[in-house]
Amino acid sequence: MIVDEVDKQIILATQAGLPLVAQPYQAIAAQLDLTAEEVMQRMRIMQENGIIRRVGAVPNHYKLGYRYNGMTVWDVVDEQIDYLGQLIGQLDFVSHCYHRPRHLPEWPYNLFAMVHSKTKTGVTEKVNIISQELGEFNRQQEVLYSTRILKKTGLRIGR
Amino acid sequence: MDKLDQLIINQLQDGFPIVDSPYRQIAEQLNITEDLLLQRLQQLLDNGILSRFGPMYHAEKMGGALTLAAVKVPEENFEQCCEVINAFPEVAHNYQRDHVLNMWFVLATETPEQITDVIRQIEQQTGLEVFNMPKVNEYFVGLKLEA
Repeated sequence: MIVDEVDKQIILATQAGLPLVAQPYQAIAAQLDLTAEEVMQRMRIMQENGIIRRVGAVPNHYKLGYRYNGMTVWDVVDEQIDYLGQLIGQLDFVSHCYHRPRHLPEWPYNLFAMVHSKTKTGVTEKVNIISQELGEFNRQQEVLYSTRILKKTGLRIGR
Repeated sequence: MDKLDQLIINQLQDGFPIVDSPYRQIAEQLNITEDLLLQRLQQLLDNGILSRFGPMYHAEKMGGALTLAAVKVPEENFEQCCEVINAFPEVAHNYQRDHVLNMWFVLATETPEQITDVIRQIEQQTGLEVFNMPKVNEYFVGLKLEA
């Protein structure tokens, strides 16, 4: 499914956030000269098609006390990576899990899993669990802690 | 942040309805008034406890492109490079990390070609090599963080 011009206008009007008024979809509709029903219908279809992953709140991890946000990166056997990625993605403490390209020799890691914890030992425990799950297919690993959020606006189109 | 804020944050990470009066529906579930919910949400956004509230769009499915990229920034140039990189509207997130590759950012563009273009511009403006790490496969994206 490709978004059309009207969908695109809705995306532009909502990508920074939903209006904090009693009838937010009505407010967006008024702004775009559409009916609220049409805005809602199009957004529901976009959600069904995965163009909208979800509508909701994104907390700042740090402000909720999750001070240790580790990007764990693993150098795993290429032939097994899809199996391993699904395995790690299912762990209940992993927020994102991806296969990404290596940049040899400086960056040997191809599997990325984000973990969040309120304590540093919490992250270590989670890294140990991932390590056990990967077993012999893992050659080496690192944990990159974020030390500062430099920007977090979410994606934007149509600048 | 009090108990009510925590309830609101947890509830709204689960999703938000696309209906005529969605805040009233959530407020009823939380047993509070719609006005109080709107007021608390505004506060949570103002003080940065929530970084966003609304629809989260899937860049690739809209025909756009996303990538994760990293650079090695010399400590003495860190703030300056950060300013240059953050000034690109295509930079959706940017994190400092404790590694030789100490700055990691996500680029979101309307077309895949623009990714290459923005990376080239960043390399020109900062003089740094950008390590481009677009996803080959996505296994999981999600997870709620309990407030």
